[in-house]
Amino acid sequence: MSRKTYLQAINEAIKQEMRRDANVICLGEDIAGGQGGSGEPGGVGSVFGQMQGVYKEFGPERVIDTPISESAIVGAAAGAALTGLRPIAELMFVDFVGVCFDQIYNQAAKFRYMFGGKAKTPMVLRTAAGAGFRGAAQHSQTLHPLFTMVPGLKVVMPSNPYDAKGLLISAIRDDDPVIFIEQKILFGMEGEVPDEAYRIPFGEANVAREGDAATIVAFGAMVPRALAVATEFARQGVSIEVVDPRTTSPLDEDTILESVEKTGRLVVVDESPPRCSMAADIAGLVADKGFGWLKAPIKQVTCPHTPVPFAPVLEDEYMPNPRRIAEAVKAVLA
Amino acid sequence: MQLSRDDLKRAYRRMVTIRVFEERVTQEFAAGNIPGFAHVYLGQEASGVGVCFDLTDEDYIGSTHRGHGHCIAKGVDVRGMMHELMGKRDGLCGGKGGSMHIADLSKGMLGANAIVGGAPPIAVGAALTQKYRKTGKVAVAFTGDGASNQGTVFEALNMAVVLKAPCIFAFENNGYGEHTAVSYACGAPSIAERVRGFGLPCDVVDGMDFFAVHEAMKRALDHARAGDGPYALELQCKRFLGHFIGDPQAYRTPSELEEARSHDPLPKFRKRVTEAGVLEAADLDEIDRLVAGEVEAAVASGMAAAVPDPSKDLTRDVYVKYG
Ligand SMILES: Cc1ncc(C[n+]2csc(CCOP(=O)(O)OP(=O)(O)O)c2C)c(N)n1
Ligand SMILES: [Mg+2]
Repeated sequence: MSRKTYLQAINEAIKQEMRRDANVICLGEDIAGGQGGSGEPGGVGSVFGQMQGVYKEFGPERVIDTPISESAIVGAAAGAALTGLRPIAELMFVDFVGVCFDQIYNQAAKFRYMFGGKAKTPMVLRTAAGAGFRGAAQHSQTLHPLFTMVPGLKVVMPSNPYDAKGLLISAIRDDDPVIFIEQKILFGMEGEVPDEAYRIPFGEANVAREGDAATIVAFGAMVPRALAVATEFARQGVSIEVVDPRTTSPLDEDTILESVEKTGRLVVVDESPPRCSMAADIAGLVADKGFGWLKAPIKQVTCPHTPVPFAPVLEDEYMPNPRRIAEAVKAVLA
Repeated sequence: MQLSRDDLKRAYRRMVTIRVFEERVTQEFAAGNIPGFAHVYLGQEASGVGVCFDLTDEDYIGSTHRGHGHCIAKGVDVRGMMHELMGKRDGLCGGKGGSMHIADLSKGMLGANAIVGGAPPIAVGAALTQKYRKTGKVAVAFTGDGASNQGTVFEALNMAVVLKAPCIFAFENNGYGEHTAVSYACGAPSIAERVRGFGLPCDVVDGMDFFAVHEAMKRALDHARAGDGPYALELQCKRFLGHFIGDPQAYRTPSELEEARSHDPLPKFRKRVTEAGVLEAADLDEIDRLVAGEVEAAVASGMAAAVPDPSKDLTRDVYVKYG
């Protein structure tokens, strides 16, 4: 056990799995970096550094820099997975999925079902998501609802370094296509991460903080924000439970419902425009299966129904922030 | 020299404006006054200015993530640009777009584009409008060497040929897409050779020489305006800095970087016009002074300008009308 960042946890998971299984290969843009240049290749290791040192250890046969061709990157990962490898493809920013969505949702996601259960597509699509970097409309989206609604895909959103490593190892060993959504704003977050390999199963929520006055269900980068708000309420003697589902597909409905049964009050925090979001999804689940326990209407804290704005003052208000989360908690407690 | 004194001054002024603007963007970005991402166009001034020189406000360009130079080359006001880069309410896009989405439709500038390969299909559409309306105008798709490997670009090239769209594909080959060399990422012997395979002409041009770019663009414009369909240019450029501000560039040797600087289009232009006796050094120095003042003023007013108001601006302009 030692302290590592979210970024280091991802990096360590990739290296350990590549050592363990020669079928694991990586594909993406500048995951090594410097190919064809006058200097040394391999010094980039992805634009955020997730792949640092991976090329040096495993070389060009397993760490494949590609042209800027997302459809071919993702499609090739799907094809390689279908024929026996376990590729990890990198989509630099989740926003770029628009370029290659067909290869994910019509191809990789559907092979197994369409082929009558005969196919396996053990690929991971790693991608960085989220606002807070002033990246504006095409570099700041989350888009996890888009993947979550596609049958055949598994969708992972780690909210801390420990989960990032354990969930990524599970993703790499999983036999289905997994979308692994790295939270940009958490790359520098530190936490205790075991040095050895370990797995966190999909579909098992983490109760990140126990409480009995109200439940906050939060996803990805919103979990630390929800925890910060819960800490504030604890100072005033109000104990808030924070549930982190960790994977949006499969979804651990039981843990969410048990928590709402206990508290009777629910806030869902989701960094996404509101329509067809995880916030709406969880609210729908609880309205359907836990209505009788509710003592107050459910509150959803989301982004507005707008693209992500550039100006810092607008972006800060766009994202669910602690002020808006606290207001929602007060509303359900009232 | 076919260009008049006034034309030459205009060309020089645009190139110097890009140079001074981008150098200042680099500083203001480092100082934290420009948030987000900024990809500067330093070294490629002759390419953008040469391509846009004979375009009118009614001709369109689609740009890339490295779009400031294209804006200036197309005549977009630097004050509005600097305000936009700083995220100010009176910026060109109300502070909602920033560096990677800067646009000025009144100048025929259809936006920088943060999706690599995003613009070429849009340029084909803008060209289609011109063809349909018989305006005699054209659309230009600026595209990087890295972007040239994107499927959207292949589709746009093919469709422009099929539809005989008055579209000019300006491939700016600066040697690298992010941190990967074009020699690695482009499987064909050259971008031009691959483009020709789609059935349109593609000239290879020294993109560091304003005159060469301007000449080539004349051929492209004559072709497109005559109704002969699309035309392409592979403009060979040098990227003076890293992909983004702060890129350590371990993948380029110091001697390569130094060599790139030796192709600087500005001294080249200065030498050519003064040796030909068309312009005096003093004419050019005067332009340098004017531009320095203009950029300084844009920064000063940008720093003082108001930021957007979240309560009014955040949810505005998603639709023309909703509900
Ligand atoms: C669809 C998509 N893929 C990847 C990126 C990340 N990216 C931004 S710029 C860039 C390199 C583009 O290279 P090139 O087209 O040569 O333009 P240059 O930066 O050299 O001007 C990449 C990979 C992106 N913005 N969009
Ligand atoms: Mg390039």
